[in-house]
Amino acid sequence: MDQIKCECGHANPVGTMLCESCGRPLELEIKGEASFPDMRYEGMARRSQTYSRTIIDRIWNYFSSVKVAIGIIVIILVASAIGTVFPQQQYIPVPVPTEPDVARFYTETYGKLGTIYYTLGFHNMYSSWWYVTLLVALGTSLVICSLDRVIPLYKALSKPRVNQHKSFLKGQKFYGEAELPAETDSAALVEAASAALRKKGYRIFQNDQAMMAEKGRFSRWGPYINHIGLIIFLLGVLLRNVPGFYLDEFVWVREGQTIAIPDTPYYVKNVQYHTEYWKEEEMAQELDLKGGAVVKSYQTDAILYLNKNADLPGANPDLVEIKSGPIIVNHPMEHEGLALYQTGVQEMQLGALNFVLVDKKAGNKEIGPIKLDLYNVPAEQQVADGVKVRVLDYFPDFVMGKDGKPATQTNLPKNPMFALEVVSEADNASEKLVYLSGSIITEKDDSRYTLEIKMPDLIDISGLMVRKDKAVPLIYFGSFIFMIGVAMGFFWQHRRIWLQFHGTRVMLAGHTNKNWYGLKQEAGAMIEQAKLPIAIEDKSKA
Amino acid sequence: MQLVQLSDWLLDIAFVLYVLASIVFVVAMTGKNWAGRDPKQHELKYGRIAYWLALIGFIAQTGYVIFRWIAGGHSPTSNMFEFMAFLDYCIILAYLIIYRIYKLTVIGAFVLPLGVIMLAYSYVFPKEITPLIPALQSYWLHIHVTTAALGEGILAVGFAAGLMYLVRTVPQEAATKSTRWLEIVLAVVMMLVGFIGMESTFSRLDHKTVFELPKEQLNFQGEMEKMKVEYTLPAIVAPEGSKIIQAGPMTPLFTAPSWMEGKDAARKLNTMIWSVISGLVLYGGLRLILRKRLGAAMQPAVKDIDPELIDEISYRAISIGYPVFTLGALIFAMIWAEEAWGRFWGWDPKEVWALIVWLFYSAYLHLRLSRGWIGAKSAWMSVIGFVIILITLVVVNLVIAGLHSYAGV
Ligand code: HEM
Repeated sequence: MDQIKCECGHANPVGTMLCESCGRPLELEIKGEASFPDMRYEGMARRSQTYSRTIIDRIWNYFSSVKVAIGIIVIILVASAIGTVFPQQQYIPVPVPTEPDVARFYTETYGKLGTIYYTLGFHNMYSSWWYVTLLVALGTSLVICSLDRVIPLYKALSKPRVNQHKSFLKGQKFYGEAELPAETDSAALVEAASAALRKKGYRIFQNDQAMMAEKGRFSRWGPYINHIGLIIFLLGVLLRNVPGFYLDEFVWVREGQTIAIPDTPYYVKNVQYHTEYWKEEEMAQELDLKGGAVVKSYQTDAILYLNKNADLPGANPDLVEIKSGPIIVNHPMEHEGLALYQTGVQEMQLGALNFVLVDKKAGNKEIGPIKLDLYNVPAEQQVADGVKVRVLDYFPDFVMGKDGKPATQTNLPKNPMFALEVVSEADNASEKLVYLSGSIITEKDDSRYTLEIKMPDLIDISGLMVRKDKAVPLIYFGSFIFMIGVAMGFFWQHRRIWLQFHGTRVMLAGHTNKNWYGLKQEAGAMIEQAKLPIAIEDKSKA
Repeated sequence: MQLVQLSDWLLDIAFVLYVLASIVFVVAMTGKNWAGRDPKQHELKYGRIAYWLALIGFIAQTGYVIFRWIAGGHSPTSNMFEFMAFLDYCIILAYLIIYRIYKLTVIGAFVLPLGVIMLAYSYVFPKEITPLIPALQSYWLHIHVTTAALGEGILAVGFAAGLMYLVRTVPQEAATKSTRWLEIVLAVVMMLVGFIGMESTFSRLDHKTVFELPKEQLNFQGEMEKMKVEYTLPAIVAPEGSKIIQAGPMTPLFTAPSWMEGKDAARKLNTMIWSVISGLVLYGGLRLILRKRLGAAMQPAVKDIDPELIDEISYRAISIGYPVFTLGALIFAMIWAEEAWGRFWGWDPKEVWALIVWLFYSAYLHLRLSRGWIGAKSAWMSVIGFVIILITLVVVNLVIAGLHSYAGV
């Protein structure tokens, strides 16, 4: 193994900039402060600074460079900003069912720029392969740069050197030296200086000719801890792509309905839905709402069931109630990581049609009520003694097909059409009727029966989002670690002060990674208390 | 009702005190060399007065926050007016903290005028306490928005110190790229002032121009009616295809380009044009009076301040603001988003811009820590960083509509 020998006799690994033993700068002449080695790892060798032979070395060096990291960060920043110029596809305010609709939306709304935006794929910026690649590159860089630096840093921090080489001290931004009167007791001065700094919370390492005071060493780990937090965070984000870690479903449930939640063994029932508005007396100030109202809450009272037969294919569901209660915006219903969110509503939708059967031949006598539940159509119902109504045909969303036959567009009862048969058991006769768009069409002109239309039942349909995200705890954990790291790094600072006697000369130097002001204040107070005759020269190198 | 009144008064008092504090701070810095004065004594004396004015203003604003919170039943951070006033509160708070550490009078001379501008800006928006819509009814509203605002407030102090650094160090003997950019930054500040001045003057004058758009919209009575747009400022730009139904003080000179979408696009463009014009007029006027670059005019007031110390203050503010911002604007935001929408991140424009601010300051920190970007480079970064925050607050809230846009202005 190659080694570099220092004047003091210590053998250092290749790449070392400051001797591990005495702190003298290796392999370079100290000309001015500008060429003094970086203090960050006390000049310890780093892999990336040492090898560059193989491809692996090159990749390693590339990703461990902070310059490259900043480049990646800036590219992500710019790309993210471009992604907000026009709305992303998911936020387009009008329905765009097909790809050509999407293209047309951007062209028609934003003109030429919109076309370019769409063509370049910026309308799906954040899930594009290259954006994801950038995030992965950032993650790689984080891992490699941390590995590259963590051991040198450990070495640097675990071996505090009391006796630094003169040139090390002179190289510091914060430095001063002075001639002492011949009879000065250096041990006593060291003692006085130590005492002053100890009071400020410094740890003291000393012998009778030299002292090093240090505090906040742990804060140097801040960057590594915060980067580990980021790595955990990014891992969490990637994990969501693993099947089973992330579930995202949406169900419409009408009042009274119980439906299965796709991809889960659960069922949900919408017991009741309602929207509440702020009342005037609840408001702090009178507002001119121009006839509108402010919504106070959207709420679905729901019951969550578990299907015990979920694992048995073909078996009828066996539902047990697990949880019941309200689902409100900001207050999802949660059960074992599954959460149901109040996200949408269709209010006052047709639920059932109501009629009264009328006998025209008996002087428009009302025979009895008929209810046609649009979601659960009864095949036959008894209207009165001896009179039945049968449903022959039902089209929830009626259209006349191209072939001249009636058809339905969707399964939703937007435009219900019924063909009914009234059967009178007494005289064994029957008559057909059709209901469509608020009117009744009878089979014959002089028919005996007709229907009188009553208020339909209106129901609310809740839109519930169902989410499960097992990666979330990991993501929070990563964020938490990041915050700890950043707080360590920024709210504490690593400060060191060296005091050395060389014959009749005394030298004082200080180093900190941040907050020079604080260091100067503390060193200044120490100089005063220990009555050191040193004037600090303020080298503006920073 | 009385509480609301009281809180409004307290805010007005705070505003007046901040204006006074700004003036006294400027006197403290510029009056040092007036005849027959000991510069140190002068700065100390006036600096102390200004500091106390700011502190009392801050206490008044604390009262505003508390009373409005009680009156509204929620933290005063739920619409644009409340948020801007709260951000201002955080800027002053951050100033008081940084001042306690460094005891430098000049910090106030830069931060308090910024505080005045931000508070004046908040007055442009409707001040009513509106009841919370369901999406905002969460204690995370308080936690997330207040922490994010505090982070932004501290970063704003980093900006003020960065600007101070540039004013102190950019050589003014000859025109250079640096002097030009510094003048541009100052001119942009003037535009913000111009905007506030125009907006508050014209909203009192009631010289509205009303346009009718060719598009229709459902009104609250459930009928279709033509969309209308109201301009407070005189109209330079008319919406495309519109008809004036109430004439204002000016006939529009041209119509907005057709690619500008949205009902209010033309009005926003109109406001932007007025801000630029009034800012340039203010800037030009000042230059005519001073007969030199604004940077050159300000420099003597700060010439005896150690630039390295200002550099460190700017960095310190950013390194304190960065964690707070991360916590408030990203982490708490993610937790809330998870609770409200079932996803911790959805690439909503507002979220993306918080990420951009964060990425930018991350780049700043790496450049500074590992690439030795200190002094002027670092100061420019701190200025750009705050510009990005302003874009996030102003442009994104008002122009790019998203889930977060609670600003109906
Ligand atoms: C978005 C991604 C990143 C964020 C948010 C971030 C955040 C930070 C922060 C806040 C600091 C300062 C910590 C302190 O001084 O206490 C820091 C320092 C640092 N970061 Fe990053 N970082 C990111 C990515 C990277 C990458 C990819 C690299 C790899 C080259 C890197 C290398 C460094 C280095 C070398 C330091 C200085 C450490 C020291 O002063 O000892 N960072 N980072």
